[in-house]
Amino acid sequence: MNSVVRTLTGFRDWVDARFPLMQLWNDHLARYYAPKNFNFWYYFGSLAMLVLVIQIVTGIWLTMNYKPGADLAFASVEYIMRDVEWGWWIRYMHSTGGSAFFVVVYLHMYRALLYGSYKQPRELLWVIGMFIYLTLMGEAFFGYLLPWGQMSYWGAQVIISLFGALPWIGDDLALLIRGDFVVSDVTLNRFFSFHVIALPLLLCGLVGAHLLALHEVGSNNPDGVEIKKHKDANGVPLDGIAFHPYYTVKDLVGAVVFLIIFCAVVFFSPEMGGYFLEHANFVPADPLKTPEHIAPVWYFTPYYAILRAIPNQLGGVIAMGSATFMFFLLPWLDRSPVKSIRYRGWRYRVALALFTLSFLILGVMGVQPVTPEFTWLSRFCAIVYFLYFFFLLSITTPDDSRGFVRYYKLCLRGLVWALTVGFTYSWIKGLPANELDKTPLMDKLDSPSTYFVIALLLLAALIETFKFYRQDVDAIPPERVRWS
Amino acid sequence: MKRAIVMLLALLIHAPAWAKAGEQMLHYEADLSNQQSLQRGARLFVNYCLSCHSASFMRYNRMGRDLGIPDDVLKANLMFGTDKTGETMAVAMNPQEAAQWFGVAPPDLSVTARARGASWLYTYFMTFYRDPARPTGVNNLAFKDVAMPHVLWELQGWQRPLYSEEAGSGATPTITHLELESPGLLDQEGYRRAVQDLVNFLVYLGEPIKLKRQAIGGWVMAYLLVLLGIVYLLKREFWKDVH
Repeated sequence: MNSVVRTLTGFRDWVDARFPLMQLWNDHLARYYAPKNFNFWYYFGSLAMLVLVIQIVTGIWLTMNYKPGADLAFASVEYIMRDVEWGWWIRYMHSTGGSAFFVVVYLHMYRALLYGSYKQPRELLWVIGMFIYLTLMGEAFFGYLLPWGQMSYWGAQVIISLFGALPWIGDDLALLIRGDFVVSDVTLNRFFSFHVIALPLLLCGLVGAHLLALHEVGSNNPDGVEIKKHKDANGVPLDGIAFHPYYTVKDLVGAVVFLIIFCAVVFFSPEMGGYFLEHANFVPADPLKTPEHIAPVWYFTPYYAILRAIPNQLGGVIAMGSATFMFFLLPWLDRSPVKSIRYRGWRYRVALALFTLSFLILGVMGVQPVTPEFTWLSRFCAIVYFLYFFFLLSITTPDDSRGFVRYYKLCLRGLVWALTVGFTYSWIKGLPANELDKTPLMDKLDSPSTYFVIALLLLAALIETFKFYRQDVDAIPPERVRWS
Repeated sequence: MKRAIVMLLALLIHAPAWAKAGEQMLHYEADLSNQQSLQRGARLFVNYCLSCHSASFMRYNRMGRDLGIPDDVLKANLMFGTDKTGETMAVAMNPQEAAQWFGVAPPDLSVTARARGASWLYTYFMTFYRDPARPTGVNNLAFKDVAMPHVLWELQGWQRPLYSEEAGSGATPTITHLELESPGLLDQEGYRRAVQDLVNFLVYLGEPIKLKRQAIGGWVMAYLLVLLGIVYLLKREFWKDVH
């Protein structure tokens, strides 16, 4: 036994003399100190890594049997499902993994909103994370074309046509993406290339950068306290514990709980009622037959709802693009001296609650067929969505701020009232009947636009009441993390 | 107010995206554990569906293995061409010609059940009715103006539609229900059972691994639950010195 240990230690020392093995091990695991008060929300970073590994490994095996090509792709997926040993399992792991990735990443990002993890000194960490999110969206979009079902085909057609809506360069850009005038075999092949090599490489690089940046600044925690401020004689943070073994064993529990839920979907409900694998995607792509209802997969639906809420196509595309872009600005829009929601004031809590609600409602709206009710509801939620970002700067600065911030606040309140008055005016103008319109006034009042205007007025009134909560800070955060 | 309630309800219960309002659907849930029903469904499938429709992702012997049909029985009773048992259920019909004959080429049925669902297929087979306006002489409640003739007519017989008594000029009368006009080889209960067999088989055809997948899933769950216990104890042991 002793000789085995000696040989292994010897080998380790041999490597260590030629490669910074122990240094890497210590910097990133054994002597990387993380706050000891991580809660539920802190599992999702390591879970995202787990899903990334699942996606890459299952992806390698899928690529062995999948054939990119308009006349081969659909059949090769069914070949994997039926004739390849355990092919169905590999494919369901990959398709469920795609959705699981977004579940985990959305929860990971939401953690940052709760505890202010994007705030100084973690701005760059957050920005790298946002690039990961964008890459992931691209990866999902390219991958979704590969099964070559109806929804793959028409989903890609719709999303590429959004690029076509951009002025001047639009048509050429769409042509460049497709490589053809319609989505075709050429498009499928290049999407395959992007999906299996270009974006995964980028994704792995960005994840590496995200981890390096994290280990440089250290993890935030639910109290939003910087643990590096209080160190012992050896330079170890008093509130920190070594990532390995403490968080490796803790994350192991999280990983198994995740796998239980994940495998329950894989083995018992891989279609997830049509949300993970859409029913229409079991019909082979047909360029001549548009499906009556094109809906993106669930993780894109909040943005899709914003796109559809705006009557002008270019306007919709810009709104959809900025809806993602706003996240990049968070570190500079949030000026609160306090990180964690535990010590923040009511203004932030109310704003975050409204934002969360509007994001979820938009997600539901994105899979619904277009009706006037849903369009007005989506419009209202889109306004709340954007106001969250705009108001963040306003509610996290003192009310007696001078200079730029003061004018910003004035403009913002002006904007809200302009929106409210504008919509109310056009609503009132639409009310009186013209000669052809025999609808009674009471029926006209009971319309989605009425409820939209009422909701908008309530929102504007709510924003006015923000003034009464003068401070954004509800309580003074402790010096050290709270620990029972 | 009504609309506000509708909007709220829509949020609480998210209807499946493809469910259309007003469409009457019969409800049916496929039963894959009934192997005899699947065998009867396979017989109906190869006799009535296959050779206009293909199931070109499905191999004969895979079906035989899953449904407990030995190769010789399979060959004698369920295969009518010169195919070998390891081949897929392809058709000889040229899709371009088929499109000329029927107006549309009959689709491959391998994964149709996954696109349409068991209830839709059940409704489809139950609701063919006579409609002299159509070239095939029939129409369908689940699939309006369908190009396919009523292939199962000799089993079901012919149904005629009964319309609602809505007075008013110009309004298209809606069909309230269908009535059997001339009976077929099977009585109504017998035809319903035959359709259930066929739908069961089509659902099996859509995903042959389904039963096995769920069985394996049970073991996976059991394994992961045991593993959860072990890793939890491991975590508790390590974290003793943190607390």
